[in-house]
Amino acid sequence: MRHHKLALCAEHYGEWFVAQTERAIEKYRMFSRDERVLVAVSGGKDSLALWDALLRLGYHADGLYIALGINDPIPYSDASLEKTRKFVDSGEWRVAKDDAPLAPRPTLYIVDIPAAYGKTIPEIARAKMRGQGRPCAACGLTKRYVMNRLALEKGYTVLATGHNLDDEIAVLFQNTLRWQTGYLARQAPVLPASREGLVKKVKPFCRFYERETATYALARSIDYIYDECPHAGGNLTNFYKTLLNQLETESPGSKLSFYLEFLRARGEGAFEQFNRVEELHACELCGQPTSAPERCAFCRMWNVSRIVE
Amino acid sequence: MRITYRDKQYETKPNITARDAIKKLGLDPESVLVVVNGKLTTDDVVLREGDEVKLVAVVSGG
Ligand code: SF4
Ligand SMILES: [Zn+2]
Repeated sequence: MRHHKLALCAEHYGEWFVAQTERAIEKYRMFSRDERVLVAVSGGKDSLALWDALLRLGYHADGLYIALGINDPIPYSDASLEKTRKFVDSGEWRVAKDDAPLAPRPTLYIVDIPAAYGKTIPEIARAKMRGQGRPCAACGLTKRYVMNRLALEKGYTVLATGHNLDDEIAVLFQNTLRWQTGYLARQAPVLPASREGLVKKVKPFCRFYERETATYALARSIDYIYDECPHAGGNLTNFYKTLLNQLETESPGSKLSFYLEFLRARGEGAFEQFNRVEELHACELCGQPTSAPERCAFCRMWNVSRIVE
Repeated sequence: MRITYRDKQYETKPNITARDAIKKLGLDPESVLVVVNGKLTTDDVVLREGDEVKLVAVVSGG
């Protein structure tokens, strides 16, 4: 039983966790030691744990923090940036695994959305969606765009995110409930850089239970942001996570087998016919790949707000 | 015996396992980690009078 790993002392748990991370990187051929990896860090447990584990393994891994300007009703963005900075300054990541060289101080890139584009994420969402609903669509679009663009501009070939097993199966469950076959075809531990202008995306933690990444963060005394984004409360993903946890409690191992069996079926081509290749071309404003005829969704969203202003 | 979860305090009777205490609070054992007297532990540990128990929600971040 995996949870008995918890009975290991903090040091041995950390070693087990880091070795499992390396196994996932190798098994899914995520990246090699020659590649430069950009880690999307949010100040949360998963992304800081991922950055920590990659540095301990001796990979060349730098961080990207995107300041979203979400500081109401709690200073979520400010506090999470602070935790991220603290992680780099603390030098915790210096404690390398025995056989790996000590990591040099990693670079932390900070992209400040309100400073760069004139609005916070809640503000652009309100302007764009007339105050309807959550800012998550605007937030997700912005984050994806900035991650890809910065990775390319700074010469990184790989973008790594801290998605864990619980994150992956919540999405898988949602896509299965709705039989979103196109999404199912594209859900994977590695999304290759299928075309010019798109960076390869990898999820080295995709086989870790969320409690395992949280345990690693605690065992390594990583000071992460414990609060959730104020806009996350009551969202569908968390509801599905709760349901899947009930299932796991009744039937241990269900979460992992749901994911691994999906990957097996996908690997056997069960969804291949739905994996249509979209026609992409360069956005006429920013040059990033897009399926839209003229300007990409990001440029449209942030421009529309300027006209509204 | 006092249990802390998300900045709130709860009282339960001692000499039950952490897992039973978690269920009594209406939480799913899968969704929390158990820290007793500052040390991360498994949820089959029996909680004693005077233990300082903290439940850490595993879901966090955005
Ligand atoms: S919950 Fe929504 S608004 Fe908050 S960080 Fe996640 S996607 Fe962005
Ligand atoms: Zn564009």
